[in-house]
Amino acid sequence: MAFLDKHKKIETHATLLLVLSLLVVSIGGIVEIAPLFYLQNTIEKVEGVRPYTPLELAGRDIYIREGCYNCHSQMIRPMRDEVERYGHYSLAAESMYDHPFQWGSKRTGPDLARVGGKYSDAWHVDHLMDPQAVVPESVMPKYSFLLDAEIDGKYIGDIMATHRMVGVPYTDDEMTNAKADFAAQADPNADTSGIEARYGKVTVANFDGQPQLTEMDALVAYLQVLGTMVDFSTFIPDPKR
Amino acid sequence: MCAKQVKQTPREVPTTGHVWDGIQEYDNPMPRWWLWVLYLTIIWGIGYTIAYPAWPLISGHTQGVIGSNQRADVEADIKRFDDANAGVKAKLVAADLATIPANDELKTFAVSAGASLFKNNCAQCHGSGAAGVQGKGYPNLLDNDWLWGGDMTAIHATITHGIRNTTDEDARLSQMPAFGVDGILEKPQIDQVVQYVLQISGQDHDAALATAGTTVFAENCVACHGEDGKGMRDFGAPNLTDAIWLYGGSVATLTETVTKARYGVMPAWTGKLSEDEIRAVATYVHSLGGGE
Repeated sequence: MAFLDKHKKIETHATLLLVLSLLVVSIGGIVEIAPLFYLQNTIEKVEGVRPYTPLELAGRDIYIREGCYNCHSQMIRPMRDEVERYGHYSLAAESMYDHPFQWGSKRTGPDLARVGGKYSDAWHVDHLMDPQAVVPESVMPKYSFLLDAEIDGKYIGDIMATHRMVGVPYTDDEMTNAKADFAAQADPNADTSGIEARYGKVTVANFDGQPQLTEMDALVAYLQVLGTMVDFSTFIPDPKR
Repeated sequence: MCAKQVKQTPREVPTTGHVWDGIQEYDNPMPRWWLWVLYLTIIWGIGYTIAYPAWPLISGHTQGVIGSNQRADVEADIKRFDDANAGVKAKLVAADLATIPANDELKTFAVSAGASLFKNNCAQCHGSGAAGVQGKGYPNLLDNDWLWGGDMTAIHATITHGIRNTTDEDARLSQMPAFGVDGILEKPQIDQVVQYVLQISGQDHDAALATAGTTVFAENCVACHGEDGKGMRDFGAPNLTDAIWLYGGSVATLTETVTKARYGVMPAWTGKLSEDEIRAVATYVHSLGGGE
């Protein structure tokens, strides 16, 4: 153990200790950070994932503002009990346009990664208004004020520009029509050819059942798209990952 | 080890050699057990990164020598249970829907599988006890009052395709007109027809208004709710003559229903649940008491 006894040299030499500590931490950092610079490797290619529409993006901001991630995760782990309960395990690509991602670390409520389409819009509104009215066992707080908070998408273009800066491929066409698409998605009578041409599969509905556009519309639009972009009946993830 | 140290006199331990204001520092060695735990964790760590997927490479990552793979593991785990139930599931899918409740083997499996699927997928709207949510439009599944039919085939179709959703082309579809909002009926006519509905459902009502409402009902409502007001399953139109209400049977609620109409949506479960799972839930719902 003569070699190991030399640790005294490091411990009594401040500069050497600093340099060697830096070296050790760098290895850990490189292993964890370096793959993020070649994301094609980290994120497998998946068909169907598209950037959020302006209304969904606004709903996502409300989700973050209200701290939904404190109780709800959006990350189905590859374990039998989770897959049986929530659906196919989450893929990295499904949150590649999330800045920041909403994987969460705590489940007081259920995972929401595949909540889209599972319940009707009216149920989401009833449930957000008063969760105990539909699920008596729930401990979720009420979010009825969302139904009164009108929004007009005034800043949605700026939010999309910010997301574009960090790598979400919003096109110029999508940026120009941000406000129009924002309103069109919540109006079943609107001309939806534009938003459908730009984003593909989009659910257009009067989500909150009110004539005016509210935060409730945006949040329900966001919840209803979660986990619905990838069609797992045709897409089979690479089993080697 | 402790006993040894107690015997030691302080002078036997070497010092680090530093003296500062007459204070010296003993150079006690690390406890041996602690050191060995440290060495073991280092060896374990190296072994772990060799055995399991760990290091990033240019195109991929090291796969680990024991071939551990989360995705394959979860698939194998699910397959193990699927295989264990494969026989009975195949029989469930092959069976004629109507015969499942009478088949003890299939019913036992389907009701217990269906119950857990129901709690995960259906309870949020229909309640964990399947009693629905009174007055909110989420139907009670425990009674024998069915909107779209309560035999196995009808329940199976409802679960498979859902009701009034936009995702399934075969979803059950009907739409009550918004008599007030769309200007089909005037406010006095709505009041009359509401009183008529109160009358046929055996509640307190204004007889004169109800009589006037008979004509309004006959001209506007019978196409879906039937001449006797007992509803029509082809349109999911509820029976208005009993005490069971989807949204409520009070004057205020009935007026709101006639004025604005209702449009209850149920998602389609095909795609989310497999055929055997849908059949299991259908059998469970059928077994709750109202199955026909």
